[in-house]
Amino acid sequence: METFLGLDYPTWWYLVVGGLFSGYAILDGFDFGAGAWHLFLKKENSRRIALNAVGPVWDGNEVWLVIGGGALFAGFPVVYATLFSSLYIPFMLFLVFIIFRAISIEFRGKEEMAWWKKTWDISYGISSIMLAFLLGVVLGNVLQGIAIGENYSYHGAGFFEFLNPYALMTGFTTLFLFMAHGAIYLLLKTEGRLFAKMTFLLKRGMIFFMVAFGITSLYTLLYIPHLSDAFKNNPLLFAVPLMTFLSIANVPRLANKKKYNWAFFFSSLTISLLLIIVAIELYPMLLFSTVDPKYSIDIYKAASSTKSMQTMLIIVAIGTPLVLAYTIFVYKTFRGKVKLDETSY
Amino acid sequence: METEILARIQFAFTIAFHYIYPPLSIGLGLLMVVFESLYIKTKNTEYHTLAKFWTKIFALTFGIGVVTGIVMEFEFGTNWATYSRFVGDVFGSALAAEGIFAFALESGFLGILLFGWNRVKPWVHLVSTIGVFLGSMFSAVWIVVANSWQQTPAGYHIVGEGFNARAEITDFWAMVFNPSSVERLTHVWLGAFLSGAFLVLSVHAYYILKGRYVDISKKAFKIALVVATVFSLGQLLTGHKSAEGVAKNQPAKLAALEGHFEASAPADMYLFGWVDKENQKVTGVKIPGGLSFLLDYDFDTPVTGLNAFPEDERPSQVNAIFQFYHIMIAIGMVLIGLSMLATFLWYKGKLFNYRWLLWIFVFSALLPQIANQVGWFAAEMGRQPWVVYGLLRTSDAFSQAVSANQIVFSLILFLLVYALLFVLFIYLLNKKIQHGPYHESQENDRPMTEELTKVITQN
Ligand code: HDD
Ligand code: HEM
Ligand code: HEM
Repeated sequence: METFLGLDYPTWWYLVVGGLFSGYAILDGFDFGAGAWHLFLKKENSRRIALNAVGPVWDGNEVWLVIGGGALFAGFPVVYATLFSSLYIPFMLFLVFIIFRAISIEFRGKEEMAWWKKTWDISYGISSIMLAFLLGVVLGNVLQGIAIGENYSYHGAGFFEFLNPYALMTGFTTLFLFMAHGAIYLLLKTEGRLFAKMTFLLKRGMIFFMVAFGITSLYTLLYIPHLSDAFKNNPLLFAVPLMTFLSIANVPRLANKKKYNWAFFFSSLTISLLLIIVAIELYPMLLFSTVDPKYSIDIYKAASSTKSMQTMLIIVAIGTPLVLAYTIFVYKTFRGKVKLDETSY
Repeated sequence: METEILARIQFAFTIAFHYIYPPLSIGLGLLMVVFESLYIKTKNTEYHTLAKFWTKIFALTFGIGVVTGIVMEFEFGTNWATYSRFVGDVFGSALAAEGIFAFALESGFLGILLFGWNRVKPWVHLVSTIGVFLGSMFSAVWIVVANSWQQTPAGYHIVGEGFNARAEITDFWAMVFNPSSVERLTHVWLGAFLSGAFLVLSVHAYYILKGRYVDISKKAFKIALVVATVFSLGQLLTGHKSAEGVAKNQPAKLAALEGHFEASAPADMYLFGWVDKENQKVTGVKIPGGLSFLLDYDFDTPVTGLNAFPEDERPSQVNAIFQFYHIMIAIGMVLIGLSMLATFLWYKGKLFNYRWLLWIFVFSALLPQIANQVGWFAAEMGRQPWVVYGLLRTSDAFSQAVSANQIVFSLILFLLVYALLFVLFIYLLNKKIQHGPYHESQENDRPMTEELTKVITQN
C-alpha cells in the first residue's frame, strides 16, 4: 500500500473525514445548542436576539456537513452507502429537521402575528433539539455496530431499530453537550437579562451533560468491549480521555471567571477530544457488523482508489485554507454582541 | 421492483423540487452583481435599492435551495447505495470539490451579502455578492460534471465484479471534461440566467402595469431584457451543441427525443407531435429529414433509431421524453421571440407602450422554470434504463438495505414538507413583491435615506 509521510492513504482520509466531522460538530453544535434553549427563553426580544446570534452563521456551519458528507462519499463510498441506507429513517428525519430549522430562522420574522412567531419558535426549538439528539443516535449506532450482512444488506429488526438503549444514551449525551456549548456561544453574543439567564442555564446544561456522559461511558466500558481494545493495547492512549476530563472541567471554571472566549474554546476542544476518542475506538474499523465480524467494514475495504485519494488530498489542501479564511472573515465581521437592525431576522 | 420504482419517484420528486431554486439563485445572483456594480460605478442609489430588493428575494430562493440540496446529497447514500458504491470513486470527488470550493464560497459570503449592508464598505459588499454568485456557478459545475459523467463516462476503469464492481478514476481531467460536460454545463448555466432574468422582468413589468415604482422598474426591466435577449439566443446554441453531443454519445436517447424508431433511416424533426409506441408512429407537424439536416446538413443522412437497440437497452417512456424535449424547445423559441420583440420595441422607443406585452412578461417567469424542469426530465429519462450509461442499470443501483415501507414513509414525509415549503415560498415571495423595493410614502426623498447617506459619505 502506498503511503504519504508514513501513513497510508485510507488513514489520511480517515483523519480528514474525522477533522471535518469534528469541525462540523463544533460549529453546528453551538447553533443546534443555542436553538435547543430557544423555548426556555420567554421574552420576544430575547428570542429574537438568540435567533440573530446564529442568523449570519448557521448556513456557513452547515457547509461543514455538506463537505463532510462529500468527503465521506469520496473517500469511503462503501461506508457512505451502507451507513446511510442502513440508518435510513434517522437520516431522513435528520434531513426533515434540518429543513424545519432553516425555514424557522428564515420565516419567523417575516410576519408580526403572535401565532406565526410562536409556531416558528416551537419548530425552531424542537428541530434544534432533535438534530442534536439524532446526531448522537447515529453515533451510538455506529459505535455499537450495525446489522450488516452479506453484500451490505441490512438485517435490522424494524423501523425503530435505531432507537436502542445505547443510542438513546449517546443521543442525550450529545444533546446536553451541544446545549452547554450553545449556552456559552449565547453568552458571548448577549447582554443584560438574557445574559444572566444564560449564565444560569449553562450551569444546568453542564450538570446534565456530566451525568449523561458518566452513564454512557460506564455503559460503554461494561457492555461494548470492542470499543476499549485500542486503549487496553496501548495504555499511552489513556492520555486522551484524561485530557478530555480536564477540558470538560475547565469549561465551568472559566465560565465562572467570566472568561467566556476561553470557555468556548474548551467546550470546542471537548467536542474534538470526544470525537478523537471515538476515532481511536473505531480505527481502523468504520462499521462493525453485529451479524458477523467478517461483514464489518474497515477503512481499507471502504476506501476509494489511491489515485482518487491523492487527487482529493490536493483538493482538500487547497480548499481548507480558503474555507478557514472566509469562515474567520465572517466571524470577524459579526463578532461581538448581537445588535438588531433592519437586516436582522 | 417496487422498491426501485419508489426510490426513483422519490429521487425525481426531491431533485425536481430542489431544481426550482438553484436556477433562480444563480440567475438572480447575476442580476444582483450587475445592479450593485452599476451602483458602485454610477453612485445612482436607484441601483442600490434594486440590488437590496433583489437580495431579499434571493435570500428566499437561496435558503430553500440550500436545505433541499442537503437532502439531495444524502439521498445518494440512502436510496442509491449500490450506485454510490459503484461511482463513489469518481463522483465523490466531484461532490467533495463542490462542497469545498463552491458551497463554502457561497455560504461564506452569504452572511455579508444578507446582513452586511451596514457593516462593510460598499466594495467589500460587492465582492461578497460576486463571491456568492461565483460560488453558485461553481456548484453547478461540479454537480453537472458528475451528472455528465453518468451520461458519458470517461477517464475510468472498472474493478471488481458483482456487488463489489466499481468505477475507479484513471484520469481526473478526462473525468471532468467528459464528452458532454462542457455543452451541458453551459446549457444549464444559461437556463439559470434565463430563470433569473425573466423573474426580474416579470416583477418589474407588474410594477409598471400597476403604476408603482415605475422609474426604477423601467431601469431594471431594460437591464434584465439585455440579459434575457443575449442568453435566450445563446441557449439555442448550447442546446444545439447538446443535441449534437447526444447524437454522438447517446444515440438511443436522441432517437427517443425525436421519436425515431427505424433502425437506420433519415430522421424527421417535429415541431410538436404524439408518439404511439405500440405502432412506432409519430403524428404531428414535422420537417421531413429535419433531424438529419441538423446533425449533418443533409436531409438524407440516416440516423440510428430505437429499433437498432435491444429492447432492454433503450428508454421505454418514449412519448414522455419526446414531449418534455419538445416543450423545452418550444419554450426556448418563445423566449427568443419575446425578448427579441421587446428589444426591437425598445429600439423604436416604444418598449413600455403595450400593456398586453407587459402582461405576457408578467407570466413569462414560469417559462424558463418549466423548460429547466422538462429539460432535466428529458435528459434523465432518456438515459434509462441506465443510471450510468452503458455501465450500471437503474434496476441494479438502488439500496438493497432499504424496504419499500421506509421509502413510502420518507416519500410522504417529503411530500408534506415540500408542499408546506412551496406554499410558504409563494406566500412570502408575493409578500415581498407587494411590499416593493422601498416605502412608497418615501417616493420623494427616497434616494437619500439616512443609512445611504452614511454609506456615501464614507467613500
Ligand atoms: C445547476 C445547478 C444545480 C444542480 C443541477 C443541483 N444543484 Fe444543488 N445547489 C445549487 C445548484 C445546483 C446552488 C445554486 O448552488 C444551490 C445553493 C443555493 C441554491 O438555491 O441552490 C444548491 C444547494 C445545494 C446544497 C446546499 C449547499 C449549501 O449548504 O450551501 C447541496 C448539498 C446540494 N445543492 C446538492 C445537490 C445535489 C446532490 C444535486 C444533484 C442531485 C444538486 N444539488 C443539483
Ligand atoms: C437538478 C436537475 C435534475 C433533475 C430535474 C433530475 C431529474 C431526474 C429524474 C426525473 C429522474 C428519474 C428518472 C426516471 O426514473 O425515469 C432522475 C434520476 C436520477 N438522477 Fe437526476 N435530475 C437532476 C440532476 C441530477 C444530477 C445533477 C445527478 C447526479 C449528479 C442526478 C443523478 C440521478 C440519479 C442517480 C438518478 C436515479 C436513477 C434513475 O432513476 O435514473 N440527477 N433525475
Ligand atoms: C432553444 C432550443 C433548445 C435546444 C435545442 C435544447 C436542447 C437540449 C438537449 C439536446 C438537451 C439534452 C442534453 C443531454 O441529455 O445531454 C437539453 C437538456 C436541457 N435543457 Fe435544453 N434546449 C433548448 C432550450 C432550453 C431552454 C430555453 C432551457 C431553460 C431555460 C433549457 C434547459 C435545459 C436543461 C436544464 C436541460 C437538462 C440538462 C442537460 O442535459 O443539459 N433548454 N436541451
